[in-house]
Amino acid sequence: MSDATIQEKFKETNKDKIPVTVLTGYLGAGKTTLLNRILSEPHGKKYAVIVNEFGEIGIDNDLVVGADEEVFEMNNGCICCTVRGDLIRIIDGLMRRKGKFDAIIVETTGLADPAPVAQTFFVDENVGKKARLDAVVTVADAKWLRDRLKDAPEAKNQIAFADVILINKTDLVRDAELRETEARIRGINPYAKLHRTQRAQIPLKEVLERNAFDLERILDIEPAFLEVDDHDHDHGHDHHHDDHDHGHSHAHGGLKHYHDEEMQSISLKTDQPLDPDKFFPFIQNLVQAEGPNILRCKGIVALKDDPQRFVFQGVHMMLDGDHQREWREGEARQSRVVFIGRNLPEEKIRKGFESTVATY
Amino acid sequence: MSETAQVPSVTDRAKPVAAGAPVVGIHFLGQTAAFVLGEETVLLVAPDGAESRVAIHAGGILSVASDSARVLTGGDDGKVAATSANGESETLATDAKHRWIDRVAFGPDGAIAWSAGKQVFVRTAKGEVKSLDLPSSAGGLAFAPKGLRLAIAHYGGASLWFPNAQAAPERLEWKGSHLDALFSPDGKFLMTAMQEPMLHGWRLMDGKDMRMSGYSGKVGSMAFTAGGKWLATAGSEQLILWPVSAKDGPMGKQPRMVAPYQSRVVAVACHPRQEIVAAGFEDGLVMLARIDDGAEILARRPGGAPASALAWNHDGSKLAFGAEDGAAGIVDLA
Repeated sequence: MSDATIQEKFKETNKDKIPVTVLTGYLGAGKTTLLNRILSEPHGKKYAVIVNEFGEIGIDNDLVVGADEEVFEMNNGCICCTVRGDLIRIIDGLMRRKGKFDAIIVETTGLADPAPVAQTFFVDENVGKKARLDAVVTVADAKWLRDRLKDAPEAKNQIAFADVILINKTDLVRDAELRETEARIRGINPYAKLHRTQRAQIPLKEVLERNAFDLERILDIEPAFLEVDDHDHDHGHDHHHDDHDHGHSHAHGGLKHYHDEEMQSISLKTDQPLDPDKFFPFIQNLVQAEGPNILRCKGIVALKDDPQRFVFQGVHMMLDGDHQREWREGEARQSRVVFIGRNLPEEKIRKGFESTVATY
Repeated sequence: MSETAQVPSVTDRAKPVAAGAPVVGIHFLGQTAAFVLGEETVLLVAPDGAESRVAIHAGGILSVASDSARVLTGGDDGKVAATSANGESETLATDAKHRWIDRVAFGPDGAIAWSAGKQVFVRTAKGEVKSLDLPSSAGGLAFAPKGLRLAIAHYGGASLWFPNAQAAPERLEWKGSHLDALFSPDGKFLMTAMQEPMLHGWRLMDGKDMRMSGYSGKVGSMAFTAGGKWLATAGSEQLILWPVSAKDGPMGKQPRMVAPYQSRVVAVACHPRQEIVAAGFEDGLVMLARIDDGAEILARRPGGAPASALAWNHDGSKLAFGAEDGAAGIVDLA
């Protein structure tokens, strides 16, 4: 299947493409507050906004488009390959007014799965030529997220998929609760950048122009367990209270570490060069077989006899990869690969990865 | 075509047109060429070359159709407008919710159709407006050559709607998202371009399916040749022509391929009298190809942005072209 092969495509320079930020978050978490904040700040930029609910935007903007969130299956034998048909049409239409805006923001409904939005940029050639996915930004409710992670699969998808997560409404929870929520998020997605916010107050550079899907920038794949950027500066004091959540946890420098029973991340690395004739079939077969369960993957790979770093990223069954740059002198030629997904067969993936090490 | 230099050229007969904005559609209204631009404007070029601009929409122009007398446009301002060769423009409909007008179509006897998301409207010649709600957004609209019957391409197939009848639309099913619709000139076949790099077709007599695949990209442009013998299509590094004159249409037949080139065909327009097709390529090249023997004539050299629109005048003596970067011209072939 051509969609699952690593193609050296998207050769066009990214700088000419319109960046697209996807705002997700469960109902009531504060997506619209963040959107209104982005639109009202004096940044001198003009955004085209694709929303699902007209009228919630408090800012006068003639580039607000109503979307229908139409998720279409593709006829390519790939069961998880879905795209947002409305988005293809709208981005094509917005391009008629290229030059009138600097970036596009797509607000999804609270129940939306971010995957079809992301896959649209991989699947539709016209969209991929003119626009680029910048980042998936998820707004989470500090008080209610933990409950939603238990009863709403959509909320878990949104966390697992995110590049940036705002834990919003931190003023409504105690510090211990907040730490608990953060630990839960980290148990699902250790790679996203976490921010604590109130009323979605955050410097815009933290949510826009992130280049999270840019192969050139696939560098930040070290887990960020201990990094949380705090944007609220008036904590109450820490009232300890008991935790009734399930799951195993252990202390990690003061921060609890959870393993989510369903959604996990797997991180693999090796200092030995990989054999391209083994690695590419491995990764392609893996996303073929486990694609429906793999939400995101990324990697930097050192291939045998190859002076360049190979980088890739993927969404479900779709992979995008390319040589990035020469390995620098003195730089450790380490291959690192991460997967975030649901019920991933860790042992099989680990063994498969290890078997791609080159034998000389 | 491997070497453009070896091919006869009519590029010296092209008169440039200062479109200055992406050209989304071109139609000849008599001898006047109407270049529909990406935003706001229809640029009219009179036979003597005089250019005039008519501001039609307060925003982007999303869809274009013509009945050879007027050009019909749908905009992101929620308006449907018809513009004549003399520059007169009439707003035929305004969406109550100011939704984008995604698709427009001209029908027989002055009927028009347009769509806004999942709603499709037909305005009959008498001015009556009827609407139809669809389960998904309309990807394409096409009136049947005879009678007031509208085909709507959408997710999961196409619907055939008689706006004057009470009956529910007839549904033609085929998995996937259908983006464009076109009837064969004899009304026997309905063709749709899909989200995948393929076409689908139905023989309307019995609903028999036709799959037409093998493209390298989405088929963004298709047209029937004069007489309806061939369906000329974009979406590949050559012109792909499906034979449709037989009773079974293209079923079980191989397409004819002409004008092979290093870049992908993105726009096609068929000569109004002869079996000659103009093909616009992704690298900006425009070529005329004769179906019979594959003979080629260069109409525009490559360079710049992809060709985005092509149109012949009524007797085939002029070919107008436009590109995504606002380059445009009219080639005089007489």
